Amino acid sequence: MNKIISGSTLPILSVLIFIFAIWYVGTVLLNSPFQKDVYKRKGVDNYSYSQLIGDTMSQKRPVLPPPHQVMAELWNSTVNKKITSKRSLIYHAGITLSSTILGFIIGSLLGIILAIAIVYSRTCDKTLMPWIITSQTIPILAIAPMIIVVLSALGIQGLLPKAFISTYLSFFPVTISMVKGLRSPETIELDMMKTWNANGIETLFKLRLPSSIPFLFAGMKIGIAAALVGAIIGELPTGAVSGLGARMLQGSYYGQMVQIWSALFFASFIAALLVTIIDLIRLSTLKRFGQVN
Amino acid sequence: MSNIKSVEIKNLSLVFETNDGPVHALNDIGLDISKGDFVSLIGPSGCGKTTLLRVIADLQEPSSGSILVNEKPAERARMERDYGYVFQSPALFPWRTISGNIGLPLEIMGFEKSDRIKRIKKNLELVNLLGFEKKFPWQLSGGMQQRASIARALSFDPELLLMDEPFGALDEIVRDHLNEQLLELWRKTEKTVIFVTHSIPEAVFLSTHIVVMSPRPGKIFDIIKSPLPSKRDLSIRETPEFLKIAQRVREGLRAGHSYDD
Repeated sequence: MNKIISGSTLPILSVLIFIFAIWYVGTVLLNSPFQKDVYKRKGVDNYSYSQLIGDTMSQKRPVLPPPHQVMAELWNSTVNKKITSKRSLIYHAGITLSSTILGFIIGSLLGIILAIAIVYSRTCDKTLMPWIITSQTIPILAIAPMIIVVLSALGIQGLLPKAFISTYLSFFPVTISMVKGLRSPETIELDMMKTWNANGIETLFKLRLPSSIPFLFAGMKIGIAAALVGAIIGELPTGAVSGLGARMLQGSYYGQMVQIWSALFFASFIAALLVTIIDLIRLSTLKRFGQVN
Repeated sequence: MSNIKSVEIKNLSLVFETNDGPVHALNDIGLDISKGDFVSLIGPSGCGKTTLLRVIADLQEPSSGSILVNEKPAERARMERDYGYVFQSPALFPWRTISGNIGLPLEIMGFEKSDRIKRIKKNLELVNLLGFEKKFPWQLSGGMQQRASIARALSFDPELLLMDEPFGALDEIVRDHLNEQLLELWRKTEKTVIFVTHSIPEAVFLSTHIVVMSPRPGKIFDIIKSPLPSKRDLSIRETPEFLKIAQRVREGLRAGHSYDD
C-alpha cells in the first residue's frame, strides 16, 4: 500500500479519475440539450434525471461522447477489425506512421547538419538562425495546404508531401537542442583538445558530438511528436481517405463524433508510444556509454 | 640537472584589457627552467601563476616579451605536442572508459592501436590504476580521476609536464599520498615538471626550484633553489631544512604583499 502511495501510481491514477469525472459531467451537460429536444419531439414529459443521464451517454451522434463509448469504439476499430480493413484504426495508424517516421528521420538528420553548420560557421549562425526560428512561427495549418498543392502540381503525391510537413515540424527542436549540445563542452575541455593540437574535425567527433547526445534525444522526443502532428495535418487539406487525420476528417463530414474521438485517442496513444520508444533508445544508449547510475 | 633549457622566458608581459582598465597579469617575467627540474610556481590568487603556465602552453598569448619552450616558439611546441597539461579538475570524458580517456590524445595524435594499448597499460601502472581500464569516470573517486588525468597527460610521453593546481580539490590525506606518488613518478620518468600551487608545504616538498610570485602586477619575487635531496619522503616535512625553505617562501609571499588585503 505504501509503495502505491509513495510511487507515481496513486498521483497519476487520481488525476486520471479526476479527468474522467469531469469528462462524464461534461458529457451530461453538453448532450442534454439535444436529449431534451428528443424528449420534446417524442412527447415525453416526465423523464427522471437518471433516465436523462443514461440517455445522454448512449446517443448516436453525441456532442461529447462519454469515455466508455469512446473506449468501445476504440476496441471495435482495433481489436475487432482485421488490420488490412479500411475500418481498422491500426491500418490508418500505419499510414500516418509511415509519413511520421520518414519525416522524422529526415528532419532529425537535417537538424543535426544544420546545428553543425550553425556552430562551426558564424556566417551560417547569423544567416540561418533567424530564418529557422521564423519558419516555425508561421501557422502550419496555413502552410500545409500550400505545400500539398505545390508538390501535387509537381507530380509528388501521397507519402512524400506528408513526410515533408513532418520534416518541417520535427527539424526545429532537433536543431535547437543540437546547437545547445554542440556548444555544451566546457572551456577546460576545449583547452585540453588544444593542448593536444586537435583540429576542428577531431574536436567535433571526439568532443562536441558525444557531448550533445543527451540534448539530441531531448530534441528528438519533441520532434517525433511534432512529426506525428505534421503527418496528421498533412492528411487534412486534400481530403485523404486513409490515415488517422483522414479518419478524423471523415468523422467530421458524416457527423460521426465517436469516430473522431476514437481516432484522436488512438493518435495520442501512438504519440505516447513513439516518445516512449525514443526514451528507451536514449536510456540504452546512455547506459552503453556509462552515463546511467 | 642539465644545461638544456626546457623553458626560456625573457621580459614577458601580459596585459588584459577590461572594462575597469588594463590588468597587468604578468609584468616583465624572466625565468629559465632546465631539463629535469621540478619547478613550482607559488603565489596567491591573481599573481599570474596560472596565466604564466597557460602562456607556456600556448593557451594564452603574451602582450610582449619572448618565450621558448624546448627551444622553439611556444606555438610550435604545442603543435608538436611537446608537453602534457594537467588541469585543476580531471576533465575526463564521461562517455569513455578510463582506458578510452587515456587513449584519447593517442587517437588524436595517430598512434597505432597496438601502441595505444601498450601505452595505456604502462601509464595506468605508473599511476597505480591497473584494473580500472573498463570503469567509467563516475565510478572513480576524485583522487583516482586526477591520477587518470595525469596518466592521460603522460600517455604520449612528452618531455614537459605542466600541472595547474592538480590536487587543489582533494582532501589533505589524498593530497599527501598523491604528492608522494608524483615525486616517485618524476624521479622514475625524469621529466621536467612545472607545477602551479598555492600550498607552501606542497611546493617545498615537490620542487627542485620554487618560484615565488606576487600579485598586482604579477611578477616573480624570488626563485629558491632547493637544497633538499631529490630522494624524499613525507617525513622530510618536519626537518629544519624543510622548515627554513618554507619560511623563506612565506617571507617572500609576505614581502610581495600576498598577505595584504
